[in-house]
Amino acid sequence: MRIGVITFPGTLDDADAARAVRYAGAEAVALWHGDADLRGVDAVVVPGGFSYGDYLRAGAIARFAPVMGEVVRAVRGGLPVLGICNGFQILCEAGLLPGALLRNAGLHFVCRDQRLRVERTSTAWTGGFEAGAEIVVPVKNMDGRYTAEQSTVDELEGEGRVVFRYLGANPNGSLGDIAGISSADGRVVGLMPHPEHAIDELTGPSADGLRLFTSVLGSVLA
Amino acid sequence: MTATTHVDTVGHAAATPEVDQPYRELGLKHDEYTRIREILGRRPTDAELAMYSVMWSEHCSYKSSKVHLSYFGETTTEAMRSSMLAGIGENAGVVDIGDGWAVTFKVESHNHPSYVEPYQGAATGVGGIVRDILAMGARPLAVMDPLRFGAAEAPDTRRVLPGVVAGVGGYGNCLGLPNIGGEVVFDPSYQGNPLVNALCVGAMRVEDLHLAHASGTGNKVILFGARTGLDGIGGVSVLASDTFAGDEGGTGRKKLPSVQVGDPFTEKVLIECCLELFGAGLVVGIQDLGGAGLSCATSELASAGDGGMRVELDRVPLRAKGMTPAEILSSESQERMCAVVRPEDVEAFMDVCRRWDVIATEIGEVTDGDRLVITWHGETVVDVPPRTVAHEGPVYQRPVTRPADQTDLEADDPVVLERPHTPEALRAEILRMAASPNLASRAWVTEQYDRYVRGGTVLAQPADAGMVRIDESTGRGVAISCDCNGRYTRLDPYAGAQLALAEAYRNVAVSGARPVAVTNCLNFGSPEDPGVMWQFERAVHGLADGCATLGIPVTGGNVSFYNQTGHTPILPTPVVGVLGVIDDVRRRIPTGLGAPGDTLLLLGDTADEFGGSEWAHVVHGHLGGRPPAVDLDAERRLAGLLAGGGVSAAHDLSEGGLAQTLVEACLLSGRGARVTLPGADPFVALFSESSARVLVAVPESGTAAFTARCAEAGVPCHRLGTVEAAGALAIEGLADLPLDELRTAWEGTLPALFG
Repeated sequence: MRIGVITFPGTLDDADAARAVRYAGAEAVALWHGDADLRGVDAVVVPGGFSYGDYLRAGAIARFAPVMGEVVRAVRGGLPVLGICNGFQILCEAGLLPGALLRNAGLHFVCRDQRLRVERTSTAWTGGFEAGAEIVVPVKNMDGRYTAEQSTVDELEGEGRVVFRYLGANPNGSLGDIAGISSADGRVVGLMPHPEHAIDELTGPSADGLRLFTSVLGSVLA
Repeated sequence: MTATTHVDTVGHAAATPEVDQPYRELGLKHDEYTRIREILGRRPTDAELAMYSVMWSEHCSYKSSKVHLSYFGETTTEAMRSSMLAGIGENAGVVDIGDGWAVTFKVESHNHPSYVEPYQGAATGVGGIVRDILAMGARPLAVMDPLRFGAAEAPDTRRVLPGVVAGVGGYGNCLGLPNIGGEVVFDPSYQGNPLVNALCVGAMRVEDLHLAHASGTGNKVILFGARTGLDGIGGVSVLASDTFAGDEGGTGRKKLPSVQVGDPFTEKVLIECCLELFGAGLVVGIQDLGGAGLSCATSELASAGDGGMRVELDRVPLRAKGMTPAEILSSESQERMCAVVRPEDVEAFMDVCRRWDVIATEIGEVTDGDRLVITWHGETVVDVPPRTVAHEGPVYQRPVTRPADQTDLEADDPVVLERPHTPEALRAEILRMAASPNLASRAWVTEQYDRYVRGGTVLAQPADAGMVRIDESTGRGVAISCDCNGRYTRLDPYAGAQLALAEAYRNVAVSGARPVAVTNCLNFGSPEDPGVMWQFERAVHGLADGCATLGIPVTGGNVSFYNQTGHTPILPTPVVGVLGVIDDVRRRIPTGLGAPGDTLLLLGDTADEFGGSEWAHVVHGHLGGRPPAVDLDAERRLAGLLAGGGVSAAHDLSEGGLAQTLVEACLLSGRGARVTLPGADPFVALFSESSARVLVAVPESGTAAFTARCAEAGVPCHRLGTVEAAGALAIEGLADLPLDELRTAWEGTLPALFG
C-alpha cells in the first residue's frame, strides 16, 4: 500500500503525515506540487501548513498546482483523499468538498488538544472507528471556522457527511461544531484537527489519530 | 537624473576630504569617525560610512560588553570545551551530543523593534534567530520565546503583548517550527521597554557543520532569498536625503518603517532550499543577513576567510527604485542569505534555488587580496580592510560603579512584611498567588503557538523544559529551558545570574535530560550608566563562575543594552538558556504529579527566603533584601539524582514556592494530592523561594529505594504525602482546595486581561 503526501511551498506537516502513514504500516510517497504525477499511489494525503503563505486566502493558490489537477481527476475514479487543516482548505477551494474555512471566531491562532466525536464511520478514512467514538486530536489553525450555505449544511447533516464534530468548547466557532466532512461517496475526507499529530502518546495527546491512516489501508485493500 | 550620477565613489571621497559627513546622526562618535579616516587614509564614502556606522554600533560590535564577555572564555576549561564544535563568535554555538549529532542553539533579543511595532518586531525576531541556526548548516527544530512586559494591567501592555504574541505565533507557526517553551513575565520596569527574546535550536550531522567564512579565491558570492528593500534601514536614511533630490530621494522621500517586515512563507521556502543546498554539498560558507544586512554579511564573510572579496552591488535584486549603495548595504530586509560557492557548483546551486522559486544572484567573488571592494555600476564605492569593519571595531572600558541605592535595597529586608498566619488567610493567599499575573496559566499565550509541528515535540509548555526528539531511530533528543528572575538580579546581579542558570539547569534536569551547554541573552539598561555596567559586569561574572562550577560551557549569547525608559533602566535581565541531552526521549520525566498512590517527595531544603520573591511582589509590592541563596553544588547533586531515574513525574520549585508547584502539578495532571507541609512554619513552607528544590512523584513500591538514593547523593528529601485520584489539593490542617477552584483562579487571569 502506497500513500502519497503532497508538498507545496509552505507545507509544514508533510513529514508528520508521512510518519503517520509509516506508523500505519504503509509506504509514504512524496508528491511534489509542481509535478502532474501521482506516482501510482493508492491514496493521497494533503497535509497541513501554510501553502503559499496562505496569501490571498488559505488554499486558494495551492488548488491550481499541477498535482491538484491529477488529484481531482483521480478522485473521480474513487481515489481516497484526506485533507488535513490546510489540506482541508485546499480540498474546499478545489471543489472536492463543499463549504469554506473562515478566520477563527476568536481571531487568534488556536493550538489545543481537542475532543472530537467520530460521526461517520462509512468513509475511506474512518472505517476503523466505532460509531460515536470520542477521540482526542490536536487542533491548530488560524482559519478553522467551517461555514457553508444553510442548504449545504442541511445536505451534509442529512446525508450523514459530517465525519467529525468538536466536543466541549468549540475552538473556532465552526457551524454546527463541524470539524470534518466527507464527499458523498466517503472517499474524500477533510478535517481541521491533525490526526497525524496523534499517532503515539510520546509526541501527541493520544494515538487516536493513527486510526484514520490504518482505516484507509482496510478501505483500499477491501 | 539617474541613481549613478550622485554616487559618492572612493575616488570622489579621496578628492573631497573637506566634505562634512553626518557621522553623528549615524551614531558614530567623533573619535570613531577619525579612526575610520585613519584606517582608510581618506574620508569614507557614503557607503563606507553606512557600513562602519552600523557595524560599529553597540548591537553589532559589542563595544561596551567585549571587555567583560572575555571572562566567559577565561573561565571555560578544556574539559568544558571538549564537546563544543563551535563557540562564541560564530552565528551560534554548536555542541556534540553523541551518535554523530551536533546541536546548535542561541537566543537573541528583538526588544526595541517590538515596542515600536509589536507584531513585526516579534515576528522578525523569530525569523532572525532561525536564520542564525540555519547558517550553521542545521535544520531548525524548535523555538522558544522569553517575553517580558510592563505591569499586566497597564494599558500599553494591552497594546504590546497581544501584538508580540501574535507576531511570534504568526511567524513561527507559518515557518513550521514548534514553540516549546519560554517565559512571560510582567514587571513595571519593562513598561516602555518590553523584552522580546527569541531562542532557536537546530540539529545536524557533525560533518555538516557550516561556518561563516569566505575561502578560496575565485569562489562565487551568491545572495539568495528575498529582494532587498527600504525596510529596516534606520538611521542610514540621513545619507539618502543628503545625496538625492526629486521624487525618489530628497527630503520628500517616502519614509518606510524602520522596523523590518517579515514574510515567514519566504523564510520557510528559504530553509528548505538551504537544507537541500547543504545536503548536495554546494555551499562552502554561508551567512544570514540580519542586523546590518549586506554590510555585515559581506564584511564578516570576508573577514573570517583567507582572502578578500569583490561585490557588484548593482546586481542585488531590489524591491524599491532608486536605492543608494548605502541603503542597499544597510537594508535589513528579511529572509536573505549569502553563500560562498565554488564556480563549478554555481549552476547546480541555481537549479536548487529555481526548484524552490528562490531568487538567487551571483553578486561577487572571493579575491586573493585583503580588501572588501564593492562597486556600483563599475565605480568603486567601498574599498576597506574587512576586519576593520567586522571585527576590529571600537572597544570601550565603560566606568563601572555600584549603584548608590544598592546598599539600601539590600537592607530593606522582607522579614518586616506582614505574613498570613491563619489557615483561612493562607488558603486565600494560595489562590491569590495562583491567579497573580506572573504565576497564572500561560495558556492564553501558548495556545497561539503550534507546539506539534514536525512531530518531535515530547515536552512543551507548561512543562518545566521543552524537549524535542532528534533521532527517530534511537530516540536521542534535547531539552531546553530559559529562565531569569530580574528581581533577584536587581538585588544581587552576581547571584541573580547564577539563580537564572540554576533554574534553567534544574528545569532541564527535571525533564530527565543531562545539562550540557549554556546560551544567554543579556538584557540591560544603558552601558553609559556606570550602575548598569556594574550590574552587567557582576552578572557576567556570576554566570561564568556558575557555569564553571557546573562544568557546562557558554557556547554563545547576545547582549542588548539601552533597555530603559528615560534614565530608568529595566530590571537587569540576563536570560539564561540551558541545553540538555537525553539518550532516549521515552525516558523523559513528565511535569506533574504521576499516578494515584505515588509518593510525593520534596527534594532540597527550605529556608525563610523572601527577598525578591513573588509573594513580596504580589502581596506587598515589595522588592528588597537578599535573593535566595545559591547552591550550585546542591543543584548538581539534584541533577545527578534525577538522572538515575525512579521518578514518575516531577515539577521544579521556583517563583511562588511549593504552593505554586503543587497547584500547577495538580492542574497539569488533573489529579489531587494529600500533603503535610514540612517544617514548623506553614507560610515559609508554602511560599519561600529557596533554590535547588524539586517536587517528585515516586511509585509507592520504589519510595524506599529512592529515599535511600537521596541519602547517598546528599539530597535532602522530605515526604509530603501522596497523589490522589480525587480532585482536590488537600493540605493537612490547612486547606482543601478543589481542582475546579484552583483551575478557575489559575486559568482566568490572562484571558480576563487580554481577551
